[in-house]
Amino acid sequence: MKKAMWAIFGGALLLYVVIVMAIAVGPAIDLAQTPPGPGVKPLTPLQAEGRQVFASNGCDYCHTEQVRPLPEDKVFGRPSAPGDFAYVTPEMLGSERTGPDLTNVGNAKPSDVWQYIHLYDPRAVEPASIMPNFKFLFRVVDKVPAGDTAVPVPPAFAPKHGYVIPTQKAKALVAYLLSLKQAPIPGYRMNGGMGGPTSAAAPAASAPATSASAGGYVFDAAKGKSLFEANCSACHQSTGEGIPTAFPPLVGNPAVEADDPTLQIETILHGAHGKVISGKRYSGTMTAFASQLNDTDIANIANYERSSWGNHAKHVTPAEVAAERAKGN
Amino acid sequence: MAVTAQALGASAMDPTRTGGDDRALASLFKAYTVSATFWLVFGTAVGLLLAFKFGAPDFWAEKYLTFGRLRPIHTNDVFYGWASIALVGCAYYVTVRSCGTQLYSILLARIGLWLFNIAAIAGTIALDLGYNWGDLEYREWPWPIRLVFLAALVVTVWNLLATIARRESKDIYLSNWYIVGGFLWTCVICVVAILPWYQKGLGQVAISGYFMHNAVGMWFTPLALGLFYYAIPKVLNRPIYSYALGVLAFWTNLVFYPMLGGHHFLFSPLPWWLQTTAIICSVGMLVPVLGGGANYLLTMRGRYHGRIESYPLAFLFVGVICYVFGSMQGTVEALRSMQAIWHFSDFTVGHSHFTMYGFVTFAAWGGIYALLPLATGKRPGSLGMSVHFWLALTGVAIYVIALSIGGTVQGLDWVHDKPFIQSVIDMKPYYLWRGVGGILMFLSHLVFVWNVWRMTAGKSGDAPSPIMESEEAAA
Ligand code: HEC
Ligand code: HEC
Ligand code: HEM
Repeated sequence: MKKAMWAIFGGALLLYVVIVMAIAVGPAIDLAQTPPGPGVKPLTPLQAEGRQVFASNGCDYCHTEQVRPLPEDKVFGRPSAPGDFAYVTPEMLGSERTGPDLTNVGNAKPSDVWQYIHLYDPRAVEPASIMPNFKFLFRVVDKVPAGDTAVPVPPAFAPKHGYVIPTQKAKALVAYLLSLKQAPIPGYRMNGGMGGPTSAAAPAASAPATSASAGGYVFDAAKGKSLFEANCSACHQSTGEGIPTAFPPLVGNPAVEADDPTLQIETILHGAHGKVISGKRYSGTMTAFASQLNDTDIANIANYERSSWGNHAKHVTPAEVAAERAKGN
Repeated sequence: MAVTAQALGASAMDPTRTGGDDRALASLFKAYTVSATFWLVFGTAVGLLLAFKFGAPDFWAEKYLTFGRLRPIHTNDVFYGWASIALVGCAYYVTVRSCGTQLYSILLARIGLWLFNIAAIAGTIALDLGYNWGDLEYREWPWPIRLVFLAALVVTVWNLLATIARRESKDIYLSNWYIVGGFLWTCVICVVAILPWYQKGLGQVAISGYFMHNAVGMWFTPLALGLFYYAIPKVLNRPIYSYALGVLAFWTNLVFYPMLGGHHFLFSPLPWWLQTTAIICSVGMLVPVLGGGANYLLTMRGRYHGRIESYPLAFLFVGVICYVFGSMQGTVEALRSMQAIWHFSDFTVGHSHFTMYGFVTFAAWGGIYALLPLATGKRPGSLGMSVHFWLALTGVAIYVIALSIGGTVQGLDWVHDKPFIQSVIDMKPYYLWRGVGGILMFLSHLVFVWNVWRMTAGKSGDAPSPIMESEEAAA
């Protein structure tokens, strides 16, 4: 009964090949030709090297790079479009979110200094993090070599002696991470946030919770605190002390203590980099929050800063934020 | 099909009949089991370390021990080292015995074992050195290493086909359909996963979705089911309940399973029709799953008390139950509304262990405990088997329940737009429980090592024969 043998096995093999052609290889041939979306660019050689560091060290097992068309994914950006993946080979879509989606991390955490500190020790910026440290991507040296900059790791997390310097691999990796920005697609809504995980404020917070009229306005301290923890403390720390040379302290910060809130509101709305603050310059970059936080949120955060850690300054109203927002960048 | 279920009456290839003594086959079965056991212990030691790292992320965070390098080592070694080699060892025994003949070539089978091991060793080293091109799940090994694995498949299926061709009986026992089918399909899977031309951008996403699910569904599943069709009747000393149902399950599995890979990428930018086909086929899978499951359970009908007396049967029973419920869980997970909560969460990891551990790993253990003593003439101790069984079962239950609850909490945190870090904090106790389950599972594997030792090189233990008395005799 040789015939039966070939009928069963040949049939099962053939049927399978047909199915595979129809549902995998065929679609793949077609999909591989998807043209890049508007503004989607190939990686530079340095960024591509960084993507290899990313894959080698398995970052993808904890982080996805795909935004689904679901409300809960709005915090990570607009839904991913087919054109976004034209240059993404190997694909890095991932399958698990032990950590947040990174599709837009170049927008959410635009500061290379933040990225370096976080990679060196995630607990230095996010105490509850369970991400492994990647200290092996850094060197500790006694003297900073010319052309290099030391990473301003907070003292509690820094090595006892010496300076922390990123290796070439770390530089490439951070170049890759900062390249992760969704290109806007006209007509595709940004869905109110390009932020990373930390910008995921509760939806209730987006609705005007407290009376927003200038006169009887009382700020919501609990909400201000939770919004600050969610959006700002990664850089400025929960203590408001910041990280020396990277992120300025908000304790006694002139912009926070001033009666005129313009500078504070402007910074929160549009971000900042390279200013001299109380005589010092900071290497980090402040995120722009205009697209993710509404006027009430920003007023709550600003007032939380104005009344915490020993700060005592005049309160801000949502109307003032709205006025500042109307001025544009 | 030319072959009707009728023509395949259970009599000709009744697995309950015993063949003669076959030393060469026994030593082959031993070698495969010992290799597989090594990979089980190694792979799950790594798994346990990973579980520990969720509570202590700075522990052993050096380059070669970083989470992201060890994780694919865990998954690939338990897949291709443990589960594959264990099931292939059983497959040799099942095919040779159900064909009532001798193996076509012992040499080819030994070469196959070397190739499987070389692939797993080289793969482990490559991943640890960071040769992971793209974190593409379950195909992380560099492609030349995957070619070695493919070569192992080819020599094995050649050997099995040549053995089946020289069978005594007219018909081919159902187990061999599943086993040979599994090999042939998996060769196709490996080739499709290696060829680069269509694997660009979104094209590669389609292949990843296909690969992830076909590797489990068209490889481990048919091998384990083929083993069930032989080992369950063998242990119970009675024929399978319905041969026809087995044939139906075979063909429906073949049609539905390959198409459901897209469910790993629901809501992704893959074409909507591909995702919808995947969902429909995930529902269609209920036919082979319930058909197959009912068949096994009906074969066991009336002998349920036997599960307590016979540990091989107990392992096989857990395997069947986890096959049925794990697959049904997969169907529910594939629905879009459920995916919205569970996708990307630790619920999925719970599902992976429910199926790959509860189903495939228990099936392999059941097969080894049922068949290896028949091959070698040596038995494990009953205490050893019972300790293994209860530790493994309790451990995996804790593991799966913890991550199913935790994954739901995590998913709901996201749905409720909590700050991301909240989901990390909320998972902490569940990660801890996963570790507790993991410790029990790992301890059970050490006991398994001891049992394997007694079934191969050591002194035979006191367990009764894996073959239960037939009802007539018992009555
Ligand atoms: C064990 C899982 C795990 C691994 C592996 C891992 N991460 Fe993370 N990652 C996390 C978690 C959890 C968070 C959230 C807490 C935090 O900010 O540290 C996170 C946060 C991040 C963030 C901040 C995202 C944001 O929007 O705030 C970046 C960037 C990041 N990880 C990059 C990486 C890179 C690069 C690698 C590989 C070198 C990596 N991660 C490996 C778990 C992981
Ligand atoms: C990615 C890190 C980062 C995050 C997140 C961040 N900041 Fe900043 N922030 C900075 C840096 C860096 C500066 C200094 C900017 C400069 O050098 O010009 C700064 C400056 C400021 C200042 C002082 C401006 C001045 O000129 O004195 C205020 C106020 C401030 N941030 C508030 C916030 C608030 C409120 C949030 C949360 C909504 C926030 N920051 C989130 C990095 C960050
Ligand atoms: C001591 C026993 C085991 C422990 C402690 C363990 C632990 C783990 C851990 C911690 C992960 C990583 C999860 C994550 O990234 O979030 C994992 C993943 C995985 N393990 Fe295990 N494991 C064990 C046994 C096994 C066995 C025997 C198999 C298969 C035969 C297996 C198959 C898998 C699979 C497929 C994944 C990937 C899960 C996914 O992506 O959904 N594990 N395991």
